[in-house]
Formats: sequence, structure tokens, C-alpha cells
Amino acid sequence: MAFVPPKESFAGRVFPVTIGTGVQQTFGGENTLPFHSFEGEIPNRPLIAYEIQDVSPEDWPETVRKVFDGVSGDPVTWAKYCEEDLKAKAIVIRLVGTHPDSKNLTAEDAARTVSDVLGAIKVPLIVLGSNHVEKDSEVLVKAAEAAKGHNCIIGKAQEANYKTIAAAAMANGHKLIAMSELDINLSKQLNILLTQMGFDKEKLITDPMCSALGYGLEYTYSVMERIRLAALAQNDAVMQPPMLADVGMYVWKIKETQAPEDVLPEWGSLEERGIAWEAMTASSLLMAGSELLIMRHPKAVEAVEQLMDELM
Amino acid sequence: MALTGVQIFKLLPKTNCKKCGFPTCLAFAMKLAQRQVSLDACPDVSDEAKATLGEASAPPVRPVTLGAGERAVKMGEETVLFRHEKKFVNPPALALEIKDTDSDDVVEAKIQDVLGSEINRVGQLLRIDAVYLSNDSGDAGRLGTLAEKVAQKAPDVAVIVGTENTDAAAAAIKPFNGKNAVLYGATEANAEKMAEIARSAKAALGVKADGLEALSSLTEKIKSLGVEDMLIDPGAGSAKEMLEYNTFIRRAAIKKNFKPLGYPVINFAQRSDALFESLIAGLGIAKYASTIVISSAEKWKNLALFTLRQNVYTDPQVPMQVEQKIYKIGEATPDSPLLITTNFSLTYFIVSGEVENSKVPAHLAIMDCEGLSVLTAWAAGKFTGSKIANFIKESGIENEVNHRELIIPGYVAILSGAIEDKLEGWKVTVGPREANALPTFLRSAAA
Repeated sequence: MAFVPPKESFAGRVFPVTIGTGVQQTFGGENTLPFHSFEGEIPNRPLIAYEIQDVSPEDWPETVRKVFDGVSGDPVTWAKYCEEDLKAKAIVIRLVGTHPDSKNLTAEDAARTVSDVLGAIKVPLIVLGSNHVEKDSEVLVKAAEAAKGHNCIIGKAQEANYKTIAAAAMANGHKLIAMSELDINLSKQLNILLTQMGFDKEKLITDPMCSALGYGLEYTYSVMERIRLAALAQNDAVMQPPMLADVGMYVWKIKETQAPEDVLPEWGSLEERGIAWEAMTASSLLMAGSELLIMRHPKAVEAVEQLMDELM
Repeated sequence: MALTGVQIFKLLPKTNCKKCGFPTCLAFAMKLAQRQVSLDACPDVSDEAKATLGEASAPPVRPVTLGAGERAVKMGEETVLFRHEKKFVNPPALALEIKDTDSDDVVEAKIQDVLGSEINRVGQLLRIDAVYLSNDSGDAGRLGTLAEKVAQKAPDVAVIVGTENTDAAAAAIKPFNGKNAVLYGATEANAEKMAEIARSAKAALGVKADGLEALSSLTEKIKSLGVEDMLIDPGAGSAKEMLEYNTFIRRAAIKKNFKPLGYPVINFAQRSDALFESLIAGLGIAKYASTIVISSAEKWKNLALFTLRQNVYTDPQVPMQVEQKIYKIGEATPDSPLLITTNFSLTYFIVSGEVENSKVPAHLAIMDCEGLSVLTAWAAGKFTGSKIANFIKESGIENEVNHRELIIPGYVAILSGAIEDKLEGWKVTVGPREANALPTFLRSAAA
């Protein structure tokens, strides 16, 4: 029986999204499943962005916090370190300090931090709130204004607060992350609501919600695969924005990245375990279809970049 | 090619005897077409029909067993390309490579790595399943010696013997005769001899060729030599080739019912860096490998690989459940708070993670709600005041805590009265709706 490679091609295509002004980055744009360059076009490589915060990362485990010792006390220094020393292709600032349970920093504080960071780096910036629904609508509006003209990504807009955040992103020329909770229908619905208010679907990034390896990864994995298949096979335009995997935040709070070796010797080296956990979570979600990843540990980033080198 | 239900029906006895468990032969034929039953269920099927149907009703990816006894691993039998369509069936075996050029100490250490690799995670025992013995020396005697050592020190561990040298193959497979070993290394050049060795040792044959066209003609040839159980190696050099070949093999088998590639796939993930190797192996787990050969088995790497394999191979239609019991988080004492939630694994993981983050030791009561999340379980009547009260009473927690306060999820605040009614002497406190608010909640309660 002669063998014919069973190639598949799709009618749909993921929208390419370009961010930044000086150094620009583009991700998305493919018309095939992740890394299936043997049967489709993959014009852009997925983008990994380094995560920094507006306040010191006291709650990050020691193994990843120590990498940024000496720079993480100040977001500008931290951002420059990522750009210059770690060769970050993009940077994410998470404004956790604005959360009422954290330092409850004001929207003005956040705007100042965003301006300062933007003044110090050339690579694109992604600006995220603290995931406090009410506070984010204040903070992200000011942050989006402060970043006007820099072609950033603002996020995350959720069902409960999307209107103000999307309006601010639109008015100031930014892209927008739309986040829903692990359900393809919720994800589609939010994208529809956003486009109905006039937000260009080609400027959206879908965040179907990340989960860490061992902590519900299978749900994120399958929701992403289904969204990508809807975009490609069903040519569903609402599902065609690129997808975000917000990896670091979910990985570095679970037991496997924190439990000391003397407590769980059967789990091996804590440091390597944490790095492997972040890298494995990220690479699995790349295979499920994410085009934008947010990560923390340079060694994990390096390994995932190396995997992409072998896959591209 | 797959037959339709009607085509299959024509070959059945048409007696409607019901011995197969179905009311009519047609109903049975329909189930056969969907591969939901085995032809063996029909006691009266003719040999001729068996021959025709056996081929057509065989699973698209042939099942092959690696190893014997308690540690045997089943491979193949996959039916879909994406895990959301239907459960992936048999998780890939991880095989640690031991070279016949490794020193005695290294061999010993690797055997210990495999034997000591077992980890219990969410109720499943996970481990490195097999060893891959590679004939790096090119010498038949050395591979044979290694094989004997492994057979003696780890008699229960499944073995893949890797060599293209037929003398080495014959020597090294001997200690594993009848133990469902795999003899890997059949090529166009040595196929006849390798098939003969595999047959006499009752081993499956690992088949390797350059490209999928060559691989499919080679499996046909080997099948004609009387070997049914094969493991196929598409010869991927890079991750990119691995993804391409594995995808084409799975698609050809499942969508085209292309028998020459309907076998479990073996991938070689060895890389010089352990972290990078784990990502390559992870790609194999996600994308259709049935056996993955790795060069090292550090505990941290095993844990990550086992967990990924467990995640990818869970049934998407059945929520993963956690055992019903009261879990201690941190150094919980009789004065520590008591929280309750459902046994949906995601709920458990998120809630227990946030309680851990709070650094406030606590008792976390996980109640069996058939793996539903809090709101769904409440709506389905499985997480109700009286059921919660019963669970708390029967759990024995009353003897373990000094207080009588139960913290319930914010989403079911409505249950607090009902629980207090049924659970005399207890005070119910409504916790936050979202788990991520637990650290603040617990810390302020503790202060």
C-alpha cells in the first residue's frame, strides 16, 4: 500500500498581531496547527515576554526571586535588566501593587510606573492589572493613557469590566487581552461582546485562562486546542485572535515549585523542579496553540526558546 | 478500510440470537462499526467472516504490550487526534537508556533510578516503565552481558533491546524470553533475521526506516514474516520531524485506517541537557508517542513528565476527582480553621494551593460530589446542607478540632443556615467566592 502523507489545510487563519513602536514584535498569523509548517504557513514565531512587577516580588519563591535580586526593587531597573541582560523580546508589567490587598497603589502611581518603564526600554510592553475587577478598570484606564502611542497590550479585560478597559485600549491605540475562565463558549462570548462595542477583533488577544502543569493544565490545553481548531477548521473569525498563556503566575505558586527537598525528597532538586515546571507548562501550551507566553525564570525561557528553534 | 455497519451485518449469521448482548445482529454490527465491541462477542460467526471482519474491526492503532506482570504497559489502541474528542487510551511508556558502554556504577545507578522512580500522584502510581538497552559498543557480547545484569537486578522491569546487530540481538533478548520485551532495530537490511529472533523470544519488534513510505513497506514485509506486534520508529532527528512524522502516522492510522502505520510509535528524546530533553519528551507525550526513550531520570524531571502524561491522558469527559477526606495543610493543629469544598480535582488543587499560600495551617474537608465544582455540585443537589452536615459528622473531625466553626465557599453562602440547622453546635462562616481571596481571608481571620 503506497503511503501518501495525510496533509490537511485550513480555510481559517490566526490574526497576526504587531506590538511595540521602536523594536516591534509580531506573533500569530499562521493558517495551520501549532508548528505544522509541513502543511501550512507559520510566518511568526510565538513570543515569550518576561514578567516584572510594580512592587518587589515578595511572594515569588526564592528560586525565581533570587534571579532578580538587586533589580526587582525597582520596575525600571528590572525592565532594563530583562531587556539588556536577558535579551527579553517583550516585557510584561503586572501592576500587582494596585490590588487593595497588596499596597493599594493608585491608578496615578500605576500610570507613572508604566511611563517610567516605557521610557527605559525599546522592546514592546504589555501592561496587566492586579486582577481585581473593580480596581483594574481604574488602573488600566490610566495606564493605557500613560502608554498612549506605544502600541502596547493592555489587560486583562474580563466579562465584569471589559467596557472601560476596552474603551481605554481603543482610545489610546493598544491591543487588548480578553480573559475568560476555562470555557470556549465564555471565551467566544467575550470576544463577541468586545467586537460589538467596536473593538477591532484583529487587535485582540484571547486568554482562555492558564493553569499550571498538574493543576488543571489539561483543561487549558483542550480549551486552547478547541479554540485553535475553531479558528482554522471552522474559519470562525471570533476565535482567530492569538492566544495568551500567562504561565509564570500560575506555576510559581504551586507546591511543586516551592516544597523543599527535605520535605519531599522523592521530588528531587527544588530549583530544577521549578524551572522544569514552568518550561513544561509553557511548552505544552505552545503545542496547544498559544502564541504569546508570559514567563519568569530565564532558564525556563531559554529552554522553551530552544524547543521552538527545533520546532520552527 | 473500515466497513460500515451494513457491510458488517451482511457477514454476520443474522440469527438475532442475542448471545452477543445486543437485540439484533444489525445492532451488533453498528457497534462493531464504531469499534465499541469486539467480534469475539458473537459465538456463531464464520471463519470467513472472522478473517474479513477481524482486519476491519481491529483498532486503528494495534495494541502492543511491553513487559509482563504487574509492571506491564499497554501501548497503542488510540482512536482520536485530540484529547477533547475522546480519552487518549494508553499513556506512553518512558524508557531510560542504559548503554552497554556505561560503567558498572552507571548501570547500577540507572537501574536504581528506574526502580526508585515510583511516585504516587492523585491516587495513581507513576514511574519510569522500562529500560532501553543500547548497543553503543557495537559488540554482541557486551550487550548480552548488560542484558543479563539488568535481568538479574531488575527482573520485573520491561526491556527494550536496541541493536541492529543480529548477533547482539540474539544474545541480549535471551534473558527476557517470554517477558514481552521489544527488540528494536529491525531495518530493511536485517528484517528477516530480526523477525526470526523476535518470534522465538516472543518479543515485539521495533522497526526503523528512513521516512514514512519506507517505514510502511517495511512493516508490511515484517508482517508477512509472521510478526504482528511492532513498535515503529519514524527516525525523527529534530522536534520538528518528530511532530510531523507522529502526526502523519496517527492521522494515517485513524483517519485513513492505513494499517502499515497502525502501530505504537517509539521516539528517541535524548538530548545533552536534561531540562531540554524533558521538553522533547513532553512533546512526545502530547503528540502521539507510545514509547519515549530518555537518557536520564532525575527525580524532578520524572515528576514533571509523569504529571504531564497524567494530565494529557485524563478523560476529558470525566472530571478528575480527589479522594474524599479531611486533608491537613501545613502543620494543622486542633485550633486550625476547617474549610470545606468539593472533590473536583481543579477545585481541590486551587483551594489547597491558596490555603498553602496563606501559610495559615488548616484542615481542608474535601467532600465527594462526583467531581463537580462547587456551584455545579450545589445546583445538582450534591453539595447541600444536610449532606455537608452528614459528611462532617461522619468524618470524625469533631474529635480532632477544638472549635466548631466550618468555613464554606462564598458561592454557597445560602447554605449556611441549612448547615447550622443540621449540624448542632456548629457555626458556619462564609468564606470568599474565589479561591484567590483565601490567603487574605485566612490571614485576617488568624490575626
